Amino acid sequence: MNALYKKAAIVGVAESDIGRVPHKSKYQLSAEASRLALDDAGLSVKDVDGVFTTIITQGGESSSMLMSEYMGIRPRYTDSTSIGGSSFVVYVEHAAAAIHAGLCEVALICHGSTNISDRGGRAGPVSTRETVYGPAQFEEPYGTSTVSSYALAAQRHMHEYGTTSEQLAEIAVATRKWASMNPKALMRAPISIEDVLNSRMVSSPLHVLDCCLVTDAGGAVVLTSMERAKDLKKRPVAVLGTGEAHDHRMISQMPDFTQTAAAISGKLAFERAGVTHKDIDVAEIYDSFTITVLLTLESLGFCKKGEGGAFVSGQRTAPGGDFPMNTQGGALSYTHPGMFGIFTLIEAVRQVRGECGPRQVKDAELALCNGTGGVLSSTGTVILGRV
Amino acid sequence: MAENKQKPIPQPYQDTQPYWDAAKEKRLILQRCLDCGKPQFYPRGVCSHCLGSKLEWFDSSGRGKVHTFTISYRAPHPGFANDVPFVVAIIELEEGVRMMSNIIGCDPKTVRIDMPVKVVFETVTPEITLPKFTPA
Repeated sequence: MNALYKKAAIVGVAESDIGRVPHKSKYQLSAEASRLALDDAGLSVKDVDGVFTTIITQGGESSSMLMSEYMGIRPRYTDSTSIGGSSFVVYVEHAAAAIHAGLCEVALICHGSTNISDRGGRAGPVSTRETVYGPAQFEEPYGTSTVSSYALAAQRHMHEYGTTSEQLAEIAVATRKWASMNPKALMRAPISIEDVLNSRMVSSPLHVLDCCLVTDAGGAVVLTSMERAKDLKKRPVAVLGTGEAHDHRMISQMPDFTQTAAAISGKLAFERAGVTHKDIDVAEIYDSFTITVLLTLESLGFCKKGEGGAFVSGQRTAPGGDFPMNTQGGALSYTHPGMFGIFTLIEAVRQVRGECGPRQVKDAELALCNGTGGVLSSTGTVILGRV
Repeated sequence: MAENKQKPIPQPYQDTQPYWDAAKEKRLILQRCLDCGKPQFYPRGVCSHCLGSKLEWFDSSGRGKVHTFTISYRAPHPGFANDVPFVVAIIELEEGVRMMSNIIGCDPKTVRIDMPVKVVFETVTPEITLPKFTPA
């Protein structure tokens, strides 16, 4: 057991307005989610002394400075680590360490994005730039994209292990069933495996229903020391174990197209938490694409490498299945503002608190969150639970 | 419609200028580390295996096989609007390094993993020629 763990807890979580929110800026969405998360904790913005955030930018804004300024916070601990959608999961490790070391006491992790409004709709171009600087010049001129990058991994996994589009579709179908029980989820109408297979091919073998939504949204998570957490509004959800890792930036550099860095971050999180896979009651796995989930489940060790397809078959991750996963409806059906990591934490905390109403996983005491960022590049794993 | 929109063009920099200069002459060149002996792609100012600075350029055979691929049905950039569907692939070169490219000169639906391919060169601008691959 590492000394860092069980010393910090998540005490507040919230999402902002989600969906298509063109009248609000990404900064406002982030700040409003922050206010709601602080309310949830029974804390005020005056209590915050650590800020952790990254914003999708064109201009290289210094995210934690910008958001602190926007909200009137002058932190003594600041972190703009920017490793894609996993950043927010990784911040839990950083915040727990900072709190444990006494470098800050109340850590605010926040995120806001107007991804769909900025792009002018889901089908809008991902990029319009005409000159490619830096190493990306060995990829972008070939017309790659985020979905193509994940598709390259999916194709390789199918080749090596015989994984099928039907098995990937199982994930999308199960996730939609969870979304149908979440009034905040954007896509709630049931879908079938055939619906996924018949949906438009975006980048083979990934269909549009294998892909996450593109939305506007904000989210926030507040952490503090276990000691201070005891006096706050809600039951604290302790940080039991964490891990972070990355093994490439660009997809062409991915060492093994069938495994993510969750093989490292997950192993660390389990070891540090002192729990095993069987102990996990609910899993919130960043589902940028169906293949992301499949690779992550294998990499985390919930099944052997190559057996992810069989693992998710028979609607195992759906409500009533024996592996409840992405219980708010995930990035596939709930919301996806470009970087989803924070929403895995928000749902995990609500599940452990028992706040999830019809979609509540019975007796959920131990939750695992895994964020994936970049193009299967970075991962953060966090195990949360009651103490 | 964005048909005349230019595709994204590489801007050569210190690490990559020799690579693009060679491509202009229809040569695919790679780097090898003189300290540890390993080849690397993409070009860097140091060796990504041992961080050594003594790197030499050498000509690739231009032959390899498809490690993985995808048929892209959507243009991620307006410059590709007329190209869809097109193949984005990871090529494993004989020299042991992997690079991204397009596979051209064949029906996208005939592309398979492990398919042998060879380099061809597509002139994009007077300064930039892109190595692409075609069935060998």
